[in-house]
Amino acid sequence: MRHLLSAGDLSQDEANLILDTAEEMRSLADRPIKKLPALRGRTVVNLFFEDSTRTRISFEAAAKRLSADVINFSAKGSSVSKGESLKDTALTLQAMGADGVVCRHGSSGAPHLLATSGWMTGAVVNAGDGTHEHPTQALLDAFTMRRHLGSLDGRRITIVGDVLHSRVARSNVLLLATLGAEVTVVAPPTLLPVDMSRWPCTTSYDFDSVLAKSDAVMMLRVQRERMGEAYFPSAREYTRRYGLDVHRMAQLSDEAIVLHPGPMNRGMEISAEVADSTRSVIVEQVTNGVAIRMAVLYLLLSGSNESSEEQNA
Amino acid sequence: MSPAPVPVPRTVLDASDISRALTRIAHEILERNRGADPVVLLGIPTRGVGLAARISERIAAVEGQSVPTGSLDVTMYRDDIGLKPARALEHTDIPPGGIDGKVVVLVDDVLFSGRTIRAALDAIGDIGRPKAVQLAVLVDRGHRELPIRADYVGKNLPTSLVERVTVHLTEYDGTDAVLIADKTGAAV
Repeated sequence: MRHLLSAGDLSQDEANLILDTAEEMRSLADRPIKKLPALRGRTVVNLFFEDSTRTRISFEAAAKRLSADVINFSAKGSSVSKGESLKDTALTLQAMGADGVVCRHGSSGAPHLLATSGWMTGAVVNAGDGTHEHPTQALLDAFTMRRHLGSLDGRRITIVGDVLHSRVARSNVLLLATLGAEVTVVAPPTLLPVDMSRWPCTTSYDFDSVLAKSDAVMMLRVQRERMGEAYFPSAREYTRRYGLDVHRMAQLSDEAIVLHPGPMNRGMEISAEVADSTRSVIVEQVTNGVAIRMAVLYLLLSGSNESSEEQNA
Repeated sequence: MSPAPVPVPRTVLDASDISRALTRIAHEILERNRGADPVVLLGIPTRGVGLAARISERIAAVEGQSVPTGSLDVTMYRDDIGLKPARALEHTDIPPGGIDGKVVVLVDDVLFSGRTIRAALDAIGDIGRPKAVQLAVLVDRGHRELPIRADYVGKNLPTSLVERVTVHLTEYDGTDAVLIADKTGAAV
């Protein structure tokens, strides 16, 4: 594993290695000194071309807890706003000696380009690219579910909402399928991609019919900023058909949990009562996010990459 | 012409030797620390954890009181972490009472260069401040590269650098034995 660009690239063994490593990283939160020396002397650049609060600070906390030096870069107020290309930004990072680059970009494929173009030698972690993927979010969701449900093999996971624009949905479907879960995607027809035949999941337009058999329900944010046109008649109608409220929550089985990648539109896709209920693991997802990102950074950056380069030579 | 002999390592300690050594170490720990009260056993994965559990059982049998026993992974504190491909982490389990003010007895299978123990001392420093740290090993094979020594030793085993010492424990390998072989795997 040289980069983390797509949740679909992970084998079951690699995914489980990351989740097991995260389990060890999570115990750090209970220690008096929340710091490990694993990445001492390594430099991690957070390269964020798109706004983000939780993902950026989560990666920053993860890198700092592993003793890496962190450089934060956001497109606003940088040379990118003067028209610098991705290539020149990458060359600058390479010249500064970045060992790892955590990249969020509004265009799908930007992290892949950084990793494969040869502009820089550091490891690239995709922190969300356009409407493509967000692999660390999928990993932290799987980690959170695994902590509550045990093995995900054969578990039924329902993902509800704006799948068309959601990189979280795509990464989750790919990873959960790798881990053996049965995934059902629920959305209005206008918010599903045209061809779902290659997605390893089933689809449904009827939220109520899948509630009772779900072990976990993941609500996606309605991404108004990515919607140029109307995908559903009104917010109220969306909420009535696809929102998770207390009545729908009552149909879930006793152990079922509710996830949301955040930020939430309370009252839109999820009601405030559900978000604050005991089934909701949304705050825990944030805690687990730091552990997952520590695991990913540790596995990508801690060792020498000489052996992998020798294999390529 | 006879076929080339399959290399067979030589057994240095068998199951009863290991059992007697661990019983002696358990008594030495109690004697040195005047009982089990201040003692916390921390095994270093993988086989140190099994050894710590066995020493813990013996202390419980002698004193009638169990000592807190856990495991301490030192992977991220190793000085060669940047030289080798990333390694999977082992489990760290610090007993609920913590280690502050306690006598931590580190338990490992083989003491060699001493670098694992140096890493363990750094790891302990991030977890708390014990009153003292002691070291128990099943085999001390010499060739120290750091000023570190063991307080409790199952067997001192003089070796050459090319030889390989392997500890097998029932929990992990199906049998109890300490084996020594040259680099081809043959007995020495």
